[in-house]
Amino acid sequence: MAKPRNAESSQSIERLLASKEVIVVTGSGGVGKTSVAAALGASTATRLGGKVLVLTVDPARRLATALGLEAFGNVERQVDESLFVEAGFEAVGELWIAMLDTKASWDDLIVNHAPDSKTRDAILANKLYRNITGRFVQSHDYIAMERLHEIHTSGRYDLVIVDTPPTRNALDFLDAPERMADFFSSRLLRWLIAPARSKIVNRAAKPFTMVADRLLGAKFLTDIGEFFLLFQTLYDGFVERAQSVQRTLADQRTSFVVVTTPEPGPAGEAKFLLAELAKRDLSIGAVVANRMLPDAFVTRGAATSAKKLRGGAAELAETVSGRGIDADIAEGVLREIADRYDDFRLLAAQGAAVLEGLPADDAPVVGIPYLEDEIVNLSGVLELGEQLFTL
Amino acid sequence: MVPPTTPARSVSEADLQALLDHRLLFVTGKGGVGKTSLSAALARLAAQQGKRVLLGDLDGRGDLANAFESGPLSFEPTKVANNIWAMSMDTEASMREYIKLNLKIPMVGGVGPVASAFDFLASAAPGVREILTIGKYCYEVREQHYDLVIVDSTASGHIISHLGAPDALRELIRVGPLLDQTSWMNKILHDGDITGVVMVAIPEEMPATETIELRDRLENETSISRAAVIINRVLPELFSTAEEEVFDRIITGKQRAALVDHAGETVEAVLAGATFASNLRRSRTQHIERLFAEFAGADDTVVVVPQLFVRTEGLRVTKLLATALSEEL
Repeated sequence: MAKPRNAESSQSIERLLASKEVIVVTGSGGVGKTSVAAALGASTATRLGGKVLVLTVDPARRLATALGLEAFGNVERQVDESLFVEAGFEAVGELWIAMLDTKASWDDLIVNHAPDSKTRDAILANKLYRNITGRFVQSHDYIAMERLHEIHTSGRYDLVIVDTPPTRNALDFLDAPERMADFFSSRLLRWLIAPARSKIVNRAAKPFTMVADRLLGAKFLTDIGEFFLLFQTLYDGFVERAQSVQRTLADQRTSFVVVTTPEPGPAGEAKFLLAELAKRDLSIGAVVANRMLPDAFVTRGAATSAKKLRGGAAELAETVSGRGIDADIAEGVLREIADRYDDFRLLAAQGAAVLEGLPADDAPVVGIPYLEDEIVNLSGVLELGEQLFTL
Repeated sequence: MVPPTTPARSVSEADLQALLDHRLLFVTGKGGVGKTSLSAALARLAAQQGKRVLLGDLDGRGDLANAFESGPLSFEPTKVANNIWAMSMDTEASMREYIKLNLKIPMVGGVGPVASAFDFLASAAPGVREILTIGKYCYEVREQHYDLVIVDSTASGHIISHLGAPDALRELIRVGPLLDQTSWMNKILHDGDITGVVMVAIPEEMPATETIELRDRLENETSISRAAVIINRVLPELFSTAEEEVFDRIITGKQRAALVDHAGETVEAVLAGATFASNLRRSRTQHIERLFAEFAGADDTVVVVPQLFVRTEGLRVTKLLATALSEEL
């Protein structure tokens, strides 16, 4: 495995988890964000203590599976201490997990923030409500930020670790609060709502209304207008919380962990993320390079050994044959060992080169070895956490 | 039945032909499984048969340009190889085209302001954006501009809302051009001879699980057919059972010393590497078996694509993958 560039990296991971209140884990899809988020949370519970929440916003129930728990929903649940004991660890703190359920979170938001019970019931009963909240303006990203804000400001936890949604642009969620606020203050939204409110149509709105009408039909348009008219009563709250979420993300107590694999695609995305985070002046806590091939593949001189093994395969096979070892089979095995070594050596060399291209600045780069066995329970999560702390 | 280590090669040339004879393929799967490279490889195979192929994505953020080493792509298809054109989705451009083709609205001052109004509507009204994105590809199929349209689609979860958008919208609107649009789109999308979903997995826990979940959701929530399952990045099987035994004896017995004598101390790293590769392959096998049990048994076309030990992107990989696909089939 390529050496982390910062020798103090494990201390830095420890320092990060000890000093921050919010950690946002981001990176492109399939790099292991959920596992890393879970590992950071679990190891904080065993090594540092405190009350830690891992919030996963991935619609797939990955963390539930990873933690060996039954399907769990929007409710925050504590991972049982006995699971730590079974895995051979002692939890000095508490590990809690929650999965973002978009539908339930929207319902909570309406219930908590509607101006009165009449509006609340009208929104919840609106037939477009589900369809619209399920889709519009990255509502999933928005609700994730809304939930993070609610949890963080509740003061229920010492540390909240957020696993971000698998969008192609991993930064969409950062912009979601602002985009939501923009949407609600838009002139076009007022025009859309206007027909629901009065018969008099603003002259400037005419072309818009005409397109909308042609496209969607008057009835559908009225339905949408009615819905947003109700929804607009929540507008002040949206703007206020959007600003508050932005403050939380920019706060010193928040940090970002960028996860990548040593492949060009994910590493390219990581590079983009690091640049964007820096541009926004957000704190980068660490870069985690997941699935690094073992050191064996970058050992100096080993390539020569592989070559000798291949070159002398026939002769060596004779030497090691006997006692139930067939010389022909042995020769094939020796060649295969050498060939496979070369294959993986190529990947390992590429991986190391790809990682060196990451502009991590002061953030530590922590490598995690490619695990032969996959993470399917708390024990696996904790093992991963140990790697993060001790590498 | 599936033998314990080597997956059954249940696909034939006829299966490949059936796959490529679709008119519209959506290639989907969890992030990082190789959707883009495989979309490009499929396009190449079809193009080699003389088919005119359009390749596109759903969100304009795809990496198709890389697969052909072409310059940046735009909404207007660019020829990237013989018989292959590639485009990048741009909802605004798609809206402009839609307005031009479908809404007979006199444009004062061009389409510009109307398109931005439209963009807003697409954000506010459920399903509209998806209709325009998927609609663009359905339109290309309907007009027979290409023999095959391949869409390098978003991750598994989102494809359902895209493909189900015409149905969702039909429940909400009663009249208008969008309603008409949903009916001809559904005719294309719901015809299994025309449209199919190619589900890409790699032999790991979550990608395999998500593929099975996607199959269930496609069945329960849409009327769209599956075209194939591709198991990508399958590691080569190192040893047969007899070889495995010999390998174990060599690395645990006295024979190891002979290897060190011959090839030097660093042969230890080579042996450690081979052990790693062997264990990795073994731990992944269960997922190949699981996918085979779930799909091959149900008469799906299941294609196994080996891990390529080369650079992981670019035209070279597209070519190698196309070769691997055709050899497998």
